[in-house]
Amino acid sequence: MDLEDQGRIKELAEEYGKDGIVVLLGAPTTEASQVQFETVTTGDPSYAGPLAGVELGLPAYHVFEPTVKAAIDPDQYAENIEVLEMGLEADAIVDALAGMRAG
Amino acid sequence: MPTNRPVIKGAATALAHTPGMVRYGSKPFREAKARPEFLAELTRGLWGYDEACRYLPNQVFIGSQPPARLWEVEQPWFDKLAEADGVEPPFGHIMEERRFLALLACADPFKHVLLRERFWEEMGPVLEAAPLTAPLASRTPALLTDARMDAELESSDSLPLFTGGEGAPVGVVKTGHSEDEALSASVLLENLSCKVSGALAVHELLNHVDGLGLSDVDLVLSCSEEAVGDRYQRGGGNMAKAIAEFAGCDLGTGIDIKDFCAAPIPAMVIGASLVESGVFENVVVVGGGSLPKLGMKSLYHLEQGIPVLEDALSAVAVWIGRDDGHSPTVNLQAVGRHPVKAGAALDKQFRELVLEPLRRLEWGVDRLDRVVTELHNPDITVSAKAGDVAARNYKMMAAMLAVAKEIDRSDIAGFARAKGVCGYAPTQGHIASGFVYVPHALREMAAGGIRNCLLVARASLFLGQMTELTDGMSVLIERNGE
Repeated sequence: MDLEDQGRIKELAEEYGKDGIVVLLGAPTTEASQVQFETVTTGDPSYAGPLAGVELGLPAYHVFEPTVKAAIDPDQYAENIEVLEMGLEADAIVDALAGMRAG
Repeated sequence: MPTNRPVIKGAATALAHTPGMVRYGSKPFREAKARPEFLAELTRGLWGYDEACRYLPNQVFIGSQPPARLWEVEQPWFDKLAEADGVEPPFGHIMEERRFLALLACADPFKHVLLRERFWEEMGPVLEAAPLTAPLASRTPALLTDARMDAELESSDSLPLFTGGEGAPVGVVKTGHSEDEALSASVLLENLSCKVSGALAVHELLNHVDGLGLSDVDLVLSCSEEAVGDRYQRGGGNMAKAIAEFAGCDLGTGIDIKDFCAAPIPAMVIGASLVESGVFENVVVVGGGSLPKLGMKSLYHLEQGIPVLEDALSAVAVWIGRDDGHSPTVNLQAVGRHPVKAGAALDKQFRELVLEPLRRLEWGVDRLDRVVTELHNPDITVSAKAGDVAARNYKMMAAMLAVAKEIDRSDIAGFARAKGVCGYAPTQGHIASGFVYVPHALREMAAGGIRNCLLVARASLFLGQMTELTDGMSVLIERNGE
């Protein structure tokens, strides 16, 4: 996750509190999704950005996860996300994030 | 009756194996500035010429192996070097570094590239003895004695030229203007590398086709990735004209076409349109090699103890002319374009570049035999955690076609092998675009293996930070008479 995004998320978490924020991920690969998830929960694994050593513990979901998918208008999902879900490694991303949540 | 309908009359490739220049790729150059010991690590990871010639993706690039061979050999390929077969390559040669460095000096009218006298004494006769390089070596370059070379190398603005990354420099590149970053030694070296590799591709083309002589070339369109210019107009151009001059196309002129990695397809469409309109009769579209891309992923490669695979400058040249009744045609009715409103999402791009032109032609996907996009060599990208670019694109393309009900969802997994090509090109984006495949497409059409091929190229315009958009263009080429 780039440093600018990390800084923005940190600011938002400080402004609104951890309970008022959900991070919606849209990374195209499993590895990138895992890194982003880790960054906004336990801290920047590369120790390069504003979230290095900062455990925000924010709830984070990928747009392909069933919980998110159920909350999106089906027509909008079909128009804007369905092809990406089929064309990317969606199952692996969903499994990887579920595994990280389970610890 | 002859018509102006544009056809592709020939295509060729040139690959210059330049391990000693990897240090001047953008990433290695920056890394070495920050960490001088990096150069020794880099040198240890470089291949020699023999290994480069025996590397399967390089053999596919020059046509010695068909792309289908890549499906048969398990990845990675860098540890499965083939034996050199000694057969003349169908599309072009792999040039050894010393010849290329000598040609850099021959291509430099302003004498910023200076060669060591004894290096030229050795290489001049070599260049003059080879049919490919003799026409390019008519100008004697600027030469220095050993003593004067040593003095020149002390200038902090100069770049030494090495062979294989070690030993005494065989030449040096001086800055073109002390106050002009657009004419620094590194920019001049980048541009000259593009010029020489582009001219080599033009000569490979001339040597591999019938009916095209130097004086027949009306127009050279360069789709290369460089920016020639000065402090008042960076990127002013005109690389195409410089290549035309160096190659000896004395009656032709040249224009650069810019569109990041996608540029070859717009250049082919513009070239074909100029042939059809009758403005030009013989257009050569050429993409020269990109020096900044050398060693782009070298940190990953060195970290994993694999060879630094981005060690060669690649170039392609394509001849577009009037219909001769047998060469594959460029179907200008099926040009896919990327409107602003399409945005930057990959699936939306493929919808505009693949599905829309097919629907315009009222074709089903079953009528399309081959579709080709970004054929980056996965040996380079997978080890750099960037995945298999071609495989990823084909999967996304297939998903888009499935959602559009053009193919069945069960066909997504097999789409790449059914319609596509495995990646094999150096990570010089404009070459890796569908452009690199044109010589193979011509050969497969001539052999009856395919009837048509849709070339698809995409461009990451956002990298230039003037827009957040991408761009792209596609064009269909078909066997004559289809």
